[in-house]
Amino acid sequence: MSTAGTVHDFDVVIIGGGLHGCSAAYHLAQAKLKPVVLEKHVVARHASSASAGGVRRLGRDPAEIPLAVASIEMWHSMRDMLGDDGEFRATGQVRVAENAAELQKCEERAARVRALGYDHEVVIDRKELRRLVPQVAEHCVGGLHTARDGYAFPFKATTAFRLKAEELGAVVKEGTKVEAIERSGERWVVRTNHGQFRAPVLVNAAGAWGAEIARMVGDDPVEEPVALMMMVSGRMPHFLDPTVGCMGRKLSFKQMRAGTVVIGGGHVGTVDRETELTELDFRKLALSARTVSAVFPIMKDATLVRCWAGVEGFTPDDIPYIGPSKAAPNVFHSFGFCGHGFQLGPVVGSITAQLVTQGKTNLPIEPFRIDRFAGKDARVPAH
Amino acid sequence: MSGEIIDLAVIGAGPAGMAAATVAADLGLDVTVFDENPAPGGQIYRGIEAVATKRASDLAMLGPAYEAGKTIVSAFRASKAKHQPNTSVWLVQKDRQLGIASGGRASMVQARRILIASGAQERPVPIPGWTLPGVMLAGATQGLLKSAGMVPSGPVVLAGNGPLLYQLGAQLAAAGAKVTALLETEARYGAALQHLPGAIASGGYLAKGLGLISAIRKAGVPIRRNVTGLKAIGKDHVEAVEFAANGRAWRLDCEVLCLHQGVVSNAQLTLAIPAKHEWNEAQRCWRPVTDAWGNTDLEGIAVAGDCGGIGGAEAAAHAGRIAACEAARALGKIDAPQRDTRASGDRSAWERHLRIRPFLDALYPPSRAIAVPADDVTLCRCEEVTAGEVRAAVRQGGTGPNQVKSFTRTGMGPCQGRMCALTVSEVIADQLGKSMAEVGTYRVRFPIKPLTVGELASLE
Ligand SMILES: Cc1cc2nc3c(=O)[nH]c(=O)nc-3n(C[C@H](O)[C@H](O)[C@H](O)COP(=O)(O)OP(=O)(O)OC[C@H]3O[C@@H](n4cnc5c(N)ncnc54)[C@H](O)[C@@H]3O)c2cc1C
Ligand SMILES: Cc1cc2nc3c(=O)[nH]c(=O)nc-3n(C[C@H](O)[C@H](O)[C@H](O)COP(=O)(O)OP(=O)(O)OC[C@H]3O[C@@H](n4cnc5c(N)ncnc54)[C@H](O)[C@@H]3O)c2cc1C
Repeated sequence: MSTAGTVHDFDVVIIGGGLHGCSAAYHLAQAKLKPVVLEKHVVARHASSASAGGVRRLGRDPAEIPLAVASIEMWHSMRDMLGDDGEFRATGQVRVAENAAELQKCEERAARVRALGYDHEVVIDRKELRRLVPQVAEHCVGGLHTARDGYAFPFKATTAFRLKAEELGAVVKEGTKVEAIERSGERWVVRTNHGQFRAPVLVNAAGAWGAEIARMVGDDPVEEPVALMMMVSGRMPHFLDPTVGCMGRKLSFKQMRAGTVVIGGGHVGTVDRETELTELDFRKLALSARTVSAVFPIMKDATLVRCWAGVEGFTPDDIPYIGPSKAAPNVFHSFGFCGHGFQLGPVVGSITAQLVTQGKTNLPIEPFRIDRFAGKDARVPAH
Repeated sequence: MSGEIIDLAVIGAGPAGMAAATVAADLGLDVTVFDENPAPGGQIYRGIEAVATKRASDLAMLGPAYEAGKTIVSAFRASKAKHQPNTSVWLVQKDRQLGIASGGRASMVQARRILIASGAQERPVPIPGWTLPGVMLAGATQGLLKSAGMVPSGPVVLAGNGPLLYQLGAQLAAAGAKVTALLETEARYGAALQHLPGAIASGGYLAKGLGLISAIRKAGVPIRRNVTGLKAIGKDHVEAVEFAANGRAWRLDCEVLCLHQGVVSNAQLTLAIPAKHEWNEAQRCWRPVTDAWGNTDLEGIAVAGDCGGIGGAEAAAHAGRIAACEAARALGKIDAPQRDTRASGDRSAWERHLRIRPFLDALYPPSRAIAVPADDVTLCRCEEVTAGEVRAAVRQGGTGPNQVKSFTRTGMGPCQGRMCALTVSEVIADQLGKSMAEVGTYRVRFPIKPLTVGELASLE
């Protein structure tokens, strides 16, 4: 089938069918525009289905806090917004302190967040920790808690945005890879393996490939693809509600309603840039298993039934790129979420739609500007 | 890791793995065979040493094909090849490191070459009611017979098709089980006829098959042909099987229903690495793409035996020896002409044994109605997902098994998709009007054998 010559016109071309592309499509369609989402594989093929799905304000970079705080409200009203809650459950998030020094860090952190004008991160003592997380190991002394945080099903949440966007008139093209971008008069012409897509506005939500797309319009951000690894156990009797992390080690740990336990925390495997396939590094997963055994002794005999890795874009300062291009008109970026962009999905889509329709947003996005490393020798730290 | 590098790591101590290890050790390679079972033998010769020494009277019941395993196991035992029983291989990396687990601990082993001889598995038979206790795959029933001499006490019905079903029927009858009937779903004599010359030339197989059928008949077990609409009936346990045959509906009471629709390559390991695979239309399963020596597209990683395509136990042993000669060549113990000479006898025998396959594949195709079941039939037993739910996911935009997995959780349970992969892809292919090759299969991930958190934590 040769469709190379066909031209399709839209109001906005969105590159990338992950959570961020689908959220942008929903908000743009809600604003009565007609967007098209171009996805080279299938919707949620990459980070947005591999994700641990943590909906977490806890421990965010100060620059992300205002966005995360706005986003959590959207998660809580997801069902009204989309007719589907992406299986969001507000079971809270806990970060465990394993010793006095870590508990001291919790106090400092909560004070810093309060100084910024927010009160969602609360220090908990040994007793409250055991009430929230009964199976936590004996040596743990307390931690931080955010009650209204939780988790959702990444694939379902992404699909919920996609289906609602389509219902509102957005178009999703799977198997459609963006190969080149050109300017023609007042419009962008996006060339793909399935014809050309034209629109006055472009949104770059290409995840770990966002920098590649940015370079096609003249920006030059720093971003690296990183393969984050996850493991999941077989079903266990219910023992845990909140999602648990650690102050001092890499861990993200939650029990799903089905009883399975999902374990992540930022250990990385490798990714083959050409095939986009990931490979697991079991010696690093062994570190993860040791952390789990230490913090949750109940897990020692649990069987691991699946391991996987997902590709995510990382930046030098561990926060994403959000906002207008500095090199080209009417291009808006939203990529490189550094392993914590799931929670931000709903709000960043609305920021992007505001930028497109009003040329501004009421949330502070200056820290995320695309050219913040220009002229600096910035690198993505090894993971 | 101990730092020691072994020349050849063989995964699986079935006929392929044992024969390969025996020859490779003879050619001067340092060989270790890893197998999850307590004793060598693989599927077909499971428990052969114990049976031969402690239950010799059972040999007659299990038949001459089983007893033939004595020779191959004793040659393996007599060789310098090392055997690590009770050891599962949960990981194989392209750099030829293996992740193994035994005795509650996990470790890594580096090999110069790897031979995967992980055998076959039974094709799933997802009929209505197949998840009821008492409904078993034929291989599981046979496994109990071999390893523990266990015979079902109540009435047994066998249903499906393929040589193993007859083999089991003969074994059960000889063991004194109450076999009520053998229900054959499909046998295409017409289609198989054109392959008859090959079948005859392959020697012995036809006579063996006819022998099994006559043993079953002699034991008074009725064989019903062209059976359709198989259904297992029962509340907490199977009580009866219903089906249609000869233009009418039937119901037979049973306590055990053994289902079988042939075996398929156990490609979990090679799919997970991943090596390159192709869809084998005749055997309706995936197989790794190999050259004439069993080499996959990955440097130093080869396959032999049923995991590379179903050929049966004797073909497996020949393929193992052929692969061993190639391993010795690749590691510099012999040169290519020496390899060719040494392997030539096995190669012609191997080719001869494979000549029965086109006949068998044409004669016993898996039934379409079972491969693509009705909406209310469970496909994924671990996550209890039905064919209807898979079809709904396809309607919502799921274009392949990996997406359908995200929609429905099929293949996410403890068996890691081993049991449902073929059926899920068949249902998707059927609904989209695509071929299996286009639809593909799950992306299989390590660990391919269950591993506990404690075991993984012990890995250094
Ligand atoms: C294992 C893992 C665990 C995580 N856990 C959490 C968590 O607990 N909490 C949290 O908040 N976040 C988490 N994250 C991060 C979060 O999942 C991601 O930040 C988020 O999903 C990113 O969405 P995205 O749309 O930017 O990227 P993606 O979902 O990767 O989407 C980008 C899409 O763009 C497509 N694309 C790229 N180039 C092109 C092109 N040229 N043409 C067409 N399409 C193209 C890609 O195919 C891809 O589908 C995790 C991530 C991973 C990998
Ligand atoms: C259930 C079943 C019953 C069968 N019964 C008969 C029969 O009665 N008569 C007959 O002629 N043929 C039978 N066959 C076919 C026959 O088993 C094969 O043709 C023959 O055994 C193939 O030999 P092989 O060496 O390739 O594999 P196998 O004999 O299957 O040996 C493979 C070995 O590898 C081990 N293994 C696999 N993966 C791993 C891993 N990751 N880690 C550790 N160990 C591993 C297995 O446990 C097994 O011991 C049966 C097949 C099946 C699946």
